[in-house]
Amino acid sequence: MAQRTPLYDTHVRAGARLVEFAGWEMPVQYAGILAEHEAVRTRVGLFDVSHMGEVVFRGPKALESLNRIFTNDLSKVADGQAQYGCLCRDSGGIVDDVVVYRRAADDLLVCVNAGNRAKDYDWLAGHAGGADVRNESDDWAQLALQGPLAAQLLQRLTKVNLSQMRSYRFAPGEVAGVPCLVARTGYTGEDGFELFCPSAQGPKVWDALMEAGQPEKIQPAGLGCRDSLRLEMAYRLYGSDMDDSTTPLEAGLAWVVKLDKGEFVGREALVRQREQGLAKKLVGFTLVDAGIPRHGYTVQQDGRKVGEVTSGTKSPSLGTSIGLAYVPTALAAEGSTFAVEIRGRPAAARVVKTPFYVRK
Amino acid sequence: MDIPEDLKYTREHEWARKKGTRIVVGVTDFAQDQLGDVVYVELPDVGDPVKKGESFGVVESTKAVSELFAPVSGKVVEVNDPLSDAPETINEDPYEEGWMIAIEPADAKDLDGLMDAKAYRAFVEEQE
Repeated sequence: MAQRTPLYDTHVRAGARLVEFAGWEMPVQYAGILAEHEAVRTRVGLFDVSHMGEVVFRGPKALESLNRIFTNDLSKVADGQAQYGCLCRDSGGIVDDVVVYRRAADDLLVCVNAGNRAKDYDWLAGHAGGADVRNESDDWAQLALQGPLAAQLLQRLTKVNLSQMRSYRFAPGEVAGVPCLVARTGYTGEDGFELFCPSAQGPKVWDALMEAGQPEKIQPAGLGCRDSLRLEMAYRLYGSDMDDSTTPLEAGLAWVVKLDKGEFVGREALVRQREQGLAKKLVGFTLVDAGIPRHGYTVQQDGRKVGEVTSGTKSPSLGTSIGLAYVPTALAAEGSTFAVEIRGRPAAARVVKTPFYVRK
Repeated sequence: MDIPEDLKYTREHEWARKKGTRIVVGVTDFAQDQLGDVVYVELPDVGDPVKKGESFGVVESTKAVSELFAPVSGKVVEVNDPLSDAPETINEDPYEEGWMIAIEPADAKDLDGLMDAKAYRAFVEEQE
């Protein structure tokens, strides 16, 4: 049976439509995906993302051990700073993409994808390297308050000075009287915050935000618009755009791979791949012809299959059809054209610069 | 949920309305609600043949693609072209402005095999 977050009853009361996602019964929409998408781009939306997992590294070896299985470089961030990166296998394939919150060199919280909770914990615990590694996924509720009005709303409920908190920084502090980790992070491309709080208190924080957010016309938001929002930013989704068989270099995540930082799991394979050159690359494209690209559709060149669409939708903000696809490196440059097969017919597509959507 | 008394219904949630010799076709209120925001619609051309129970087009929401199935066999004689620029009409007014195609049926008796409003309501309640 699908798992439920601590906010399940709250969603049912709010009239959410629930669907199963990565083994979780989650709200896909409340008012409708387009309305929620617009609310996050123009005002503020509130997401329950408690299905995400949290694995914590503690002890004197915590930073060093985690850094040896993480592609980015945690020695380069300060305490109170978060960093995005990948966990890789020896092959260079991606175990997961994660955000690490460095509370201290001996206390780091790894936020992992819902569908990868068990796999990631096994992987991380298997590479503990002397650190104390704990799966705290069930202990935390996680809410994402996202949108241009998120800061002004949240500031009314917390003493944490949000005007001093830059992007990808975080601080402990109370929100509506509940002890939280308040992070200026998110997955929408808008300004906003992710609030980690004790599971049982999740509904209290949710209700407080919904009530305090009336002047901002706060909108509860589901996974449907979370997906369209992230895709407009070309943020990758694990399981759709990348998995154990793709590397961060192929997935266009070279910017979070620090090959010069010293030894880490997957480094040798990634160095080799960089030297040999990439056979395929993940690119952003827009459709020139009518239609909507979808995960799994075939990319064609001269009638032959040369790649695959990994994500696609009609962009609510732009009105155009956008997508991500793996294509041969020769077709990866901006302006390259190929066809996406939609119901047996080729639709012309062009590689474009990402993000698709640029915040005004 | 709105289920007009005077229409016939398929198990795939299309409705069919007899209008003179033609059969006008669209999707039901239940269907549009399940789909969510419709953002794209692909319909046949006037003159195309359609076959009862077979796909004649697709509607796509932000998240999903759904096929449309013909309630009767025949020939397409009219298409609601404005839908391609305003697919949200299907959500807003599924039974009137959101109609999709008109079919000149090969055999008008095809309609008799479809559900009436009462049977369709029971069918939908079973699905929920």
